[in-house]
Amino acid sequence: MNGVIEEVLQFAVTFLHTIQDVIPIAVIIFGFQFFIIRKPIPNLKRVLTGFFYVVLGLALFLQGLEDALFPIGKMMAHQLTDLEFIKHSTQALEQGIAIHWSQYYWVYIFAFTIGFSTTIAEPSLLAVAIKANEVSGGSIGIWGLRIAVALGVAIGISLGCWRIVTGLPLHYFIISGYIIVVIQTIYSPKLIIPLAYDSGGVTTSTVTVPIVTALGIGLASKVPGRSELIDGFGLIAFASLFPIISVLAYAQLSQWYANRNNSKTLQASQNKEQTEN
Amino acid sequence: MRRPLLRFLRTTANSVRDLAPIAIVIIFFQSFVLQQPIPNIGEIIVGYVFVVVGLTFFIYGLEMGLFPIGESMAFAFARKGNVMWLLIFAFALGFGTTVAEPALIAVSRKAAQIAAEGGVIDATDAAIKQYAQGLKYTVAFAVGLAAVIGVFRIIKGWPVQWIIIGGYILVVLMTTIAPEEIIGIAYDSGGVTTSTITVPLMTALGIGLASSIKGRNPMIDGFGLIALASLTPIIFVMAYGMIY
Repeated sequence: MNGVIEEVLQFAVTFLHTIQDVIPIAVIIFGFQFFIIRKPIPNLKRVLTGFFYVVLGLALFLQGLEDALFPIGKMMAHQLTDLEFIKHSTQALEQGIAIHWSQYYWVYIFAFTIGFSTTIAEPSLLAVAIKANEVSGGSIGIWGLRIAVALGVAIGISLGCWRIVTGLPLHYFIISGYIIVVIQTIYSPKLIIPLAYDSGGVTTSTVTVPIVTALGIGLASKVPGRSELIDGFGLIAFASLFPIISVLAYAQLSQWYANRNNSKTLQASQNKEQTEN
Repeated sequence: MRRPLLRFLRTTANSVRDLAPIAIVIIFFQSFVLQQPIPNIGEIIVGYVFVVVGLTFFIYGLEMGLFPIGESMAFAFARKGNVMWLLIFAFALGFGTTVAEPALIAVSRKAAQIAAEGGVIDATDAAIKQYAQGLKYTVAFAVGLAAVIGVFRIIKGWPVQWIIIGGYILVVLMTTIAPEEIIGIAYDSGGVTTSTITVPLMTALGIGLASSIKGRNPMIDGFGLIALASLTPIIFVMAYGMIY
């Protein structure tokens, strides 16, 4: 019974915090609506109900993350990066042997799977995917975009973990990533470019950031020779860069596939014509 | 009366599916890799239900409230034809949503600690606080500016890739001269600024504008605001680290 009361109280606090975060947004929107646009909002009641649902939903979502996902996600990040676990799993218990980067393989697998699954659950990515689907008239699938982005985050975070383990400088990776993005931009279908750029920013909001940060800081504090402060940061940057690459790649692949099919059918019909002649 | 209920149930089923991968990853790693029981299983299940219900309400409310208001304001501004007020609105939205962002507050505090340990500022509470505040407002200003540039670009119809690639080049050049401690934080600050409420609003605003201005394509011109909002903080945070 006490647990229930505590839970309710905690939720009330989260709810108030969420309202606090939303107030500046609401003030700006309604302020401009009433003083500058000076027109009544269409379906005001519906919009206000929608706003209320958004705040309520976000509060529940955050509370649930705090209660369930973050503690266990952080705990797992700590256990997986623990030197004892890594030595034990590779049977290299003798002291003095430096750990090779490949012995952290469970960390990379965890980074990949948790990056993928938290991105699928990210509400802002879902919002952008719904809009993109609507605007493109259905040619960009909600799931296609979400999976492309999630794969990008997964690859980015595993690579970021590898960087922390090996200690290579962050900007080498980021700058190479930028160069790949620029080259891809030249060859990608023009329609997808702005959406691809946007998908870099949407991936890292509520769900992914806390767990990924815990993983980065956990790794940097456990791997010998790494500074928590300098090496712990940077995973988010990986998680926002690689989705751009993966979404552009997804668009390029589907364009290439469509072209190949087109030329195949074209060729087939030409062949047919030739044999008929 | 039955249709909204049905839609709500469908949204709930979608939320369950969206969150299933996380559950699978956690259960797999706990039982096969770490070989440990899941602690506080009751609490975790309750939390999971909260997350599912929360996501459902959020998505439901998004399509009822946030998307329509973002788009209707974009239409109204476009019809009014007053570019100045539109740009002021964009700046206010970018600045106002970022300055209150909890993730940003956390990151700027961390950055101030690093600066204090690196001897850039005095290791006193007052100096750390001042540094963190300055950084927070710098990032918020950067996001506001990004919204202004992004909206102006939509009006003019400039291709977003030129601005973004130009920004990247600036980032690369600045990386070579910025102090090493600030680089990781600068890169990360681009990712933390775009919150769960800002993203749908900005997207709706961009798409609404692009579809109400003649000659603009919502696919090409409507997206891109989020990308700009994740780019400018990197530049401004590095500049902050260099000037301070």
